Amino acid sequence: METNLADVTIYIALVVSTLRMATPLILAGLGGVFSERSGVVNIALEGIMLIAAFMGMLISHFTRAPWLGVLAAVASGAAIAALHAVVCIKYKSNQVVSGTAINLFSVGFTGFMLRKVFEHAGQSPPVPKVADWTIPLIEKIPVIGAMIGKHTPFVYLSLIAVIISNFVLFKTKLGLRIRAVGEHPKAAETVGVDVFAIRYLCVLLSGALAGLAGASLSLGFLSQFRENMTGGRGFIALAAMIFGKWTPYGTLRACLLFGFADALQILSQTLGLTFIPTDFLLMAPYILTMAALAGIIGRSVPPAASGIPYERQK
Amino acid sequence: MANTDNKFKNPSGHTLSLSREQAVELFIPVVAVLIALVLGALLILFIGKSPLTAYGALLKGSFGSKRDIAETLINVTPLIFTGLSVAFSFKCGLFNIGAEGQFIMGQIVAAWIGFSLTGLPTVIHMPLAFLAGALAGALWAALPGYLKAKLGVHEVINTIMMNYIALYFSHYLVMGALKEPGPIPQTPPVVEAARLWRILPGTRLHFGLILALGAVWLVYYLLFKTTLGYEIRAVGINPHAARYGGINVSRDIIIAMSISGALSGAAGAVQALGVQFRFLDLFGFVGYGFDGIAVALLGRNHPFGVLIAATLFGTLARGAITMQSIAKIPKQIIGIIQATIVIIVAADEVLRRILKSKSVATQDVVEAGEVGSDGD
Repeated sequence: METNLADVTIYIALVVSTLRMATPLILAGLGGVFSERSGVVNIALEGIMLIAAFMGMLISHFTRAPWLGVLAAVASGAAIAALHAVVCIKYKSNQVVSGTAINLFSVGFTGFMLRKVFEHAGQSPPVPKVADWTIPLIEKIPVIGAMIGKHTPFVYLSLIAVIISNFVLFKTKLGLRIRAVGEHPKAAETVGVDVFAIRYLCVLLSGALAGLAGASLSLGFLSQFRENMTGGRGFIALAAMIFGKWTPYGTLRACLLFGFADALQILSQTLGLTFIPTDFLLMAPYILTMAALAGIIGRSVPPAASGIPYERQK
Repeated sequence: MANTDNKFKNPSGHTLSLSREQAVELFIPVVAVLIALVLGALLILFIGKSPLTAYGALLKGSFGSKRDIAETLINVTPLIFTGLSVAFSFKCGLFNIGAEGQFIMGQIVAAWIGFSLTGLPTVIHMPLAFLAGALAGALWAALPGYLKAKLGVHEVINTIMMNYIALYFSHYLVMGALKEPGPIPQTPPVVEAARLWRILPGTRLHFGLILALGAVWLVYYLLFKTTLGYEIRAVGINPHAARYGGINVSRDIIIAMSISGALSGAAGAVQALGVQFRFLDLFGFVGYGFDGIAVALLGRNHPFGVLIAATLFGTLARGAITMQSIAKIPKQIIGIIQATIVIIVAADEVLRRILKSKSVATQDVVEAGEVGSDGD
């Protein structure tokens, strides 16, 4: 069947699908930005999202109050991140190893709890999800309204989070401290910044944001938990953070680009894009990120102290 | 203990024998496993089952019969390879988190060589297919190695990226060029001549286990008995000092990543040539590569330690299936136990502090200076 590319519904579907794919990436990616900017590598984003998606679903199931579920997701995300923080900051363990352990744990934990609570494998029963938000006025505009006028709240929250994160990181004293701690912790401590406190704060924040990303999956776009439902989004979010050069707006752009590649892949049949194998569209984010790191498309350079445990000066 | 003859020179020239330090090194993994098993027992109690019944079912599932033992060893085999792979990279100060992707490339290339060539005798076809898989893994790891050595790009991110590229690339191949005609997304079967020999009659146990044991010895020999191994370890301990000492650090990083990749590729190859006899479309990561990280950490990055750790994890994975079917305990509990082991081994500073404070109290220990993580 030949598709008419003048048909506006295709473009609406493309935009809606892009936003849908990008939202969890944006939230988790911002989490990565805060953590790495302060000097702690957080490859546990994937596992944190998964656990948060589960906890959010669980609380929404028992309370029938989806926003309480969102709160639980954020809190559980921060709690898991706290474990990562203690292991990495206090005990100075390898941050990648700690992240890997959390990712392993998350799959086991959610699968185990799913069977324990629901005696069911694979997926949870449907639970109440948060209601869509409609933006007055914009909703009424033809085409644009259909594209951005009505979405799950997470879409709008993720965009607000980008603006706030950028403001905090680049316009406030706290942001200056975070960046200083990630670039040169010794110098930061010399001028009286508590390196450990800043790092704990940022890692907890990254857990909370990844938790919100998890909630967007189980309580926003779907209304249930599915085993392994994050499907590598935590890692794409890391890629987006790198591609976006560790800045909130850069991460947003990268997430939209990756989301767009995903949307093209989903709609490739409708769009008549079958000459591009969908697998290559799925690969695109990863290849682009490697190219960016190698300096082929605008070099991405991580914060100088990222991944290095800090030893207090005696 | 396998480690007692492990006298090797560290770069500063001191000869080390099994000291108190090394005893602690051996003690930490054992404590980690015990704590994790106790935690597992508590979880089993939490869901109202008996830990004894559960662990009994687990052991029965792993070792209850000849067939069970064979299946356990089939599970252990790829873990030995991926554990060695990750451990080898660690020894050079690299973190090859891309074992999973190298595994996939090794698996699909071995299957491809295994089904596409015909008429070769077994003595040629089988090693050819196996080595092709290892080579594919080596190449897949050499790229991030090269990017690290020449451009200073951290290998962790690149190897994660290449895991996903391998996943989608294998899907592309198995849906297209390498697809067997018919409805199922899989390659044609590996021909008889390329299949690994069965080594225990009446079971599926295959020659891959022998290859894995050979790899353990080979890695041990390479790391501790050759100049290259010495260099690689020197780079792992301090690349700046190694460079100052005249070692070509860039070259060693690329070599170490390639060898590490070859070992993961070999893991994929034995699965293709010894277990599945083809490449089946993956719907996600199988996990042997990620488990390899846990195996390497628990095995303290030593080839013999890897062998022990792979045996433990392979046994748990096999026994968990029986535990689920007989004792009705979700097999995911094994994942929790594994993660607990990794986190305890990772945060060994906690245990080390406890052990240290004891040793200070009971013995006169001459502090040879703080050996800790560098601050900056």
